[in-house]
Amino acid sequence: MGKNNWLYKAFNFYRDGFRQMTLGRTLWAIILIKLFIIFAILKVFFFPNYISTHAEEGKESEFVATKILKQ
Amino acid sequence: MNNLFLTIDSGSIDWARAQFALTAIYHWLFVPLTLGLAVVMGIVETCWYRTRDTFWRDTAQFWQRLFGINFAMGVATGIILEFEFGTNWSNYSWFVGDIFGAPLAIEGIVAFFMESTFVAVMYFGWKKVSPGFHLAATWLTGLGATISAWWILVANAWMQYPVGCAFNPDTMRNEMVSFLDVALSPFAIDKFCHTVISAWIIGAVFVVAVSCWYLMKKREIRLAKESIKIAAVVGLVASLGAGMTGHKSAQSVAEVQPMKLAAMEALYDGGYSQGLTLVPGIEMPYMLSFMATNDFHGFVPGIDDILNGYTKADGTEEPSVEEKIIRGKMAINALAAYRKSKAEGAAEPVLTQQLLTLNENMPYFGYGYVKDKNDVVPPVWINFWAFRIMVGAGCLFILFFAVLCIMSFKIPYLSIITRRLLATVGILPETQADSNDIAALPAWHYWLAILLLPLAYIASESGWLVAEFGRQPWTIQDMLPTWVGVSDIESCSVALTFFLFLFLFTLMLCVEINIMLKQIKKGPGHKN
Repeated sequence: MGKNNWLYKAFNFYRDGFRQMTLGRTLWAIILIKLFIIFAILKVFFFPNYISTHAEEGKESEFVATKILKQ
Repeated sequence: MNNLFLTIDSGSIDWARAQFALTAIYHWLFVPLTLGLAVVMGIVETCWYRTRDTFWRDTAQFWQRLFGINFAMGVATGIILEFEFGTNWSNYSWFVGDIFGAPLAIEGIVAFFMESTFVAVMYFGWKKVSPGFHLAATWLTGLGATISAWWILVANAWMQYPVGCAFNPDTMRNEMVSFLDVALSPFAIDKFCHTVISAWIIGAVFVVAVSCWYLMKKREIRLAKESIKIAAVVGLVASLGAGMTGHKSAQSVAEVQPMKLAAMEALYDGGYSQGLTLVPGIEMPYMLSFMATNDFHGFVPGIDDILNGYTKADGTEEPSVEEKIIRGKMAINALAAYRKSKAEGAAEPVLTQQLLTLNENMPYFGYGYVKDKNDVVPPVWINFWAFRIMVGAGCLFILFFAVLCIMSFKIPYLSIITRRLLATVGILPETQADSNDIAALPAWHYWLAILLLPLAYIASESGWLVAEFGRQPWTIQDMLPTWVGVSDIESCSVALTFFLFLFLFTLMLCVEINIMLKQIKKGPGHKN
């Protein structure tokens, strides 16, 4: 891949940008910790999809109908 | 159901609502600053582009740094709301079908591609791309955030005014029949304009607050004075714009959510030529009618009118809530009968008749779940006071930014007259009356400007309280009440995550404020 290739330029652009960060490093660390907490802990352990964990696959509409129409 | 003070014994519905409110309120701390600061930093960088004065470049980089901190802290906090839909509000999530999912998916894609691309150019590209391209990236970062807000508000507006959809009794979902009706709903347009322009006020107040802190510390004087000038203009335009778009929003609410408007005004007995209550006991004659209908003698229904049925200004009859409950029950029974008949292989004419009954009564479907007609009245005092805090703060901001513009710019006659007037009433020291230097004011002036920042947030969150409390008990207006939309889950599990979020959000907010204050103390001289 030549140095004039736009992909190479884009890669260099991001690589240099990330290397030169100071405050940005802290912010990225916070973002990554936050994303880990949101997706690897909260989503997995505390926020399962209620319908897909309680209804049979393909029977979701019957499940919701039962819940809504029984009230 | 409308308990404000929740206890551990309250049902999962109250905890689910409280958790959603907590997450949305927290998320909304970041969004308006992102939208508002984007405008200010765009203008500052435009000044650099036009003058090539390095002062403007340093100033632009400083505001972009604060923007970046806020952006990093706020990113992904909205995703938690989508988790809550799937877990706590599963019936609702299924019932809204692809209508809610489409705008949110578009928002996700736009946010990811547009914001992440241009944010990178904005931060990494100062010495790598041309000034014009960099300026475009800065403005497009703000535009990307604004477009994201558009799709989120389209989704929210649909819940308040469901259009462009048809209910499918086989799938139990609402299906989109017109994307344009959903995406360009007049309710969504009004909501977008009012929400985004009010977010600019927060951006302007933030810039003024930070600048005033510098003026108080007698440092970064030029940055502070020039930033205040820009923020004063942005803030004045935004606060006037928020007033105008708020008027339009109120008319939308009067048209499609009259109960919300009645609750906002604590109006029980409506009628023609209604006055607007400023605070209990003080009223502006005819102004509520004007606010709601653009006519000083227009008809505004009160809570009791809506509960008991009334005749609209155009002569049509609005059914009472009890009639709507009957029709809602007919819709629910027709839906149950249709599904049962279909499962049993009933003849086509039977199914057609059941569908006809369902479709005729579908606009009142949600009322079929209402046991007592008073259940459809939202919490009145929260709406009443939240509305007054929002409007009162908005009026204060118009005055504040108007005075700030006059004080910051040398406007012939007007500046000196205003300064003399302020000196006469004791707001400005006599020694400063003839000076046009905003950097030489007493410290309490700067403290006052700094204290306006929390007020701006309180006003902004109050606006959301009106929007969301006012539509209670509906998750989807007239179609699905909260107690039907909620999942059949244990209240303790929702309560657990509520307190978990409370802890995490408080922690993250402390971290953000800490980083933000450190960067403000460092000032523009310390580059990233």
